[in-house]
Amino acid sequence: MQFDTQTSPHLAGENSVAAMMRQVLYALVPGTLALIWFFGWGVLINLVLATIFATALEALVMVLRKRPVKAALGDYSAVVTAWLLAVTMPPLSPWWLTLIAVFFAIVVAKHLYGGLGYNPFNPAMVGYVVCLISFPVQMTSWLAPSGLAEHSVGFLASLQTILTGQLPASLSWDAITMATPLDNLRTETSLGKTLSEIRAEPLYGSLAGQGWEWAANFFFLGGFWLLYKKIITWHVPVALIVSLGVMAALFSLGNPDNFPPPTFHIFSGGAILGAFFIATDPVSGATSPRGRIVFGAGVGVLTYIIRTWGGYPDGIAFAVLLMNMAAPTIDYYTKPRVFGHKPE
Amino acid sequence: MALAIPGTTGNPDTNCYDMSQSIQLHTFHGGLKLDGHKAISTSHPIKTAELPATLLLPVQQHIGQPADVIVKPGEQVFKGQKLTRASDYISAPIHAPTSGIISAVEERLVPHPSGLKALCIEIQTDGKDKWGEKVSYPDFRNTDIVTLRNHIRESGIVGLGGAAFPTSVKLNPGRSIDTLILNGAECEPYITCDDMLMREHAADIVEGMAIMQFMLSAEQCIIGIEDNKPEAIAAMRAAVKESELAAEVVAIPTIYPTGGEKQLIKILTNQEVPGDSLPADIGIVCQNVGTAKAVYDAVIHGQPLIDRVITVTGEGIAQPQNFLALIGTSMAELVAQAGGYKPGVKRLIMGGSMMGFALATDEIPIIKASNCILALTEVEQPPAQPCIRCGKCEQVCPALLLPQQLFWYAQAKDFDKIQDYHLFDCIECGCCAEVCPSHIPLVQYYRFAKTEIWNQEREKVKSDIARERHIFHEERLERLKKEKAERLAKKKAALKNRPKVGDAEAKKSEIEAALARVKAKKEKQTTTQKNIER
Ligand code: SF4
Ligand code: SF4
Repeated sequence: MQFDTQTSPHLAGENSVAAMMRQVLYALVPGTLALIWFFGWGVLINLVLATIFATALEALVMVLRKRPVKAALGDYSAVVTAWLLAVTMPPLSPWWLTLIAVFFAIVVAKHLYGGLGYNPFNPAMVGYVVCLISFPVQMTSWLAPSGLAEHSVGFLASLQTILTGQLPASLSWDAITMATPLDNLRTETSLGKTLSEIRAEPLYGSLAGQGWEWAANFFFLGGFWLLYKKIITWHVPVALIVSLGVMAALFSLGNPDNFPPPTFHIFSGGAILGAFFIATDPVSGATSPRGRIVFGAGVGVLTYIIRTWGGYPDGIAFAVLLMNMAAPTIDYYTKPRVFGHKPE
Repeated sequence: MALAIPGTTGNPDTNCYDMSQSIQLHTFHGGLKLDGHKAISTSHPIKTAELPATLLLPVQQHIGQPADVIVKPGEQVFKGQKLTRASDYISAPIHAPTSGIISAVEERLVPHPSGLKALCIEIQTDGKDKWGEKVSYPDFRNTDIVTLRNHIRESGIVGLGGAAFPTSVKLNPGRSIDTLILNGAECEPYITCDDMLMREHAADIVEGMAIMQFMLSAEQCIIGIEDNKPEAIAAMRAAVKESELAAEVVAIPTIYPTGGEKQLIKILTNQEVPGDSLPADIGIVCQNVGTAKAVYDAVIHGQPLIDRVITVTGEGIAQPQNFLALIGTSMAELVAQAGGYKPGVKRLIMGGSMMGFALATDEIPIIKASNCILALTEVEQPPAQPCIRCGKCEQVCPALLLPQQLFWYAQAKDFDKIQDYHLFDCIECGCCAEVCPSHIPLVQYYRFAKTEIWNQEREKVKSDIARERHIFHEERLERLKKEKAERLAKKKAALKNRPKVGDAEAKKSEIEAALARVKAKKEKQTTTQKNIER
């Protein structure tokens, strides 16, 4: 009798990349729903468009690279990238903006570097940053959260805006968009207003900003799901949030009129989403537990610096990309102590 | 002398964790909770396998230098008779498992991952099972330790946990030993031979441990058993209580690979065996429970290592169970005695599902290291995907390595870098591959890299020798040339002073001188030859 001769171990484990990515998608649901609730149908339309673009581009590249298409699509990594882009781009971004972001994420950042597992940079963040640098106006026209906007934008109006780039005649950009709290804050402080004055405005909720803080809460929930399911470890999110908080605390204690408190920083912009869903991308991050702490802390500190002194309102994307560059070095210096050996 | 350790009375009915267990347990990094698949092979007692018509004994069944065959085809041998002689300090002989006639000494297929042939001795058994000469030392406490160690060595005893390292070497640590550990963890899925051995032969094992304790003068004796074997723990506790040995039976958590020597030592003593050392270097000797039984058999009853308990199990076996089988019994025969294969059997493994190696055929013998024959049906092997650096592998690696980095450098064939990442500390436990979401056969890469590095080193040694030989050869040519020139010069000189023709006396002496020269030259050549061979 002949038997097959594979090497040990002989029972395949239950983990799979597809299962991990699926869990990430599940974890994104609550935060995304909150975004849709506060910022309208545009979020959902963006999501659908981004997913279609990402899947099509992934398939196309695999065909060009003469690799199995089904395996690549089956691991859902392209969908995760698309989803992350969809929840970070402004809700009424024109379709071509989404396409450009997805193109840079999937084709350039991922496949030109060798595909899943080989990309040194977080694909979604590359797509986002390319758009932010090239189309700053479109990328910063966020809708006002529902309740604050003078008009809400319906489904058809959203669809029309995204597909044509034109608002329906009855609406005007001024009426529906609003600076994000982070954005608003930097403009107003530069005008010499004190923080307490600024934060009295209705845009700001109890922690950070209306709508945003709730979305952050729900992304938080998703993050806990990922921790519970052991898809991610606590190192990056905790290090990121703590370091961001510590930076904010240091400066706001010294000068509370100009520097917002930690809660504001943590719950506004993409901090929570970034901490649990973006900076935890395994491929482009550091790999050992200690390395992940350094990585997360680096993202937190850089985010604070870029938010406070840099040229862009939110720094998460830039901070993640910068730390991606540092990841190999971090890995090198944070090698764990091998069993039976002294620390190196 | 052995110190009495309090609290060795077990209360197995309620809980195998004895509240008075005096040993504080520790942990090791990583590891996995695995489905043990053990119950399927523990419902029957150990069955003595039928005496096969032929036995095939690979000469090399141990780690170390090969042994020299000392029997010839056609020779009658008796049970327990030595068939090979250990050639070196780290070596072990094999013995005839029963009486019969040597029918062949030749290369045959052996259980080895490479699937290669190796030198084997085949015995046609005669069914009489007639013993040859037996040597035993029942009164071991009044026996010289060197004699005992030599006896264990001559009895061919090697580690039965799977590594097959000569036991006598381990019992000669060259320093004082504080702790003797008996490894009854048996953490690999499916394997139950140690479990069953402890249930049925606890007293013999404890006696075997007493012999080793005596030989090592170990101060402390610990028997570590995973808590998924309550019957074995109870039996061992009872046996210890009956015996004079002050050993403690410790229930340890069932986490793969607790049975790894270094992991077990860490759990029981919180000490890490340094990377390039042996447990003995930190005053610890660790032996498998099966080995203890073999020591007992050899010292008390004069039976060398000629049989062992082996688990025949898996979803592909009709009646999974344990056998007491003679070394050299064909695997096919044991499987047949376990009711044969079930339909759909796909993979045959020697060892457990985590570390065992797959065999292409069952027409090979069991050897001293064979603890399990595992037949698996549906073995799904999803295709490997790229590493996503998720770090799951490193979270479970008991050696605290970075499996993803090792994989990366193995793939890139960067064998210097991979050693910087401590490839050789990898115990090939397979935890990393088990959890890898990309289904990368990581261990395969590590084995590949290790083999490549060994080959390179061997090549290097070889080429060093070749270079030395070359230099030697050149030197020799040079010397010969010089000698020839000298000879010619001498000849010329001799011709000049040549005596007149007819001087017979002179001629005779000249011939004698020439003969002497030839002889000297020959002698010189043979010594040169010898040097080269060396
Ligand atoms: S578990 Fe597999 S995919 Fe994850 S880091 Fe390790 S080798 Fe890479
Ligand atoms: S096989 Fe080697 S690298 Fe993998 S978990 Fe075991 S010791 Fe670590």
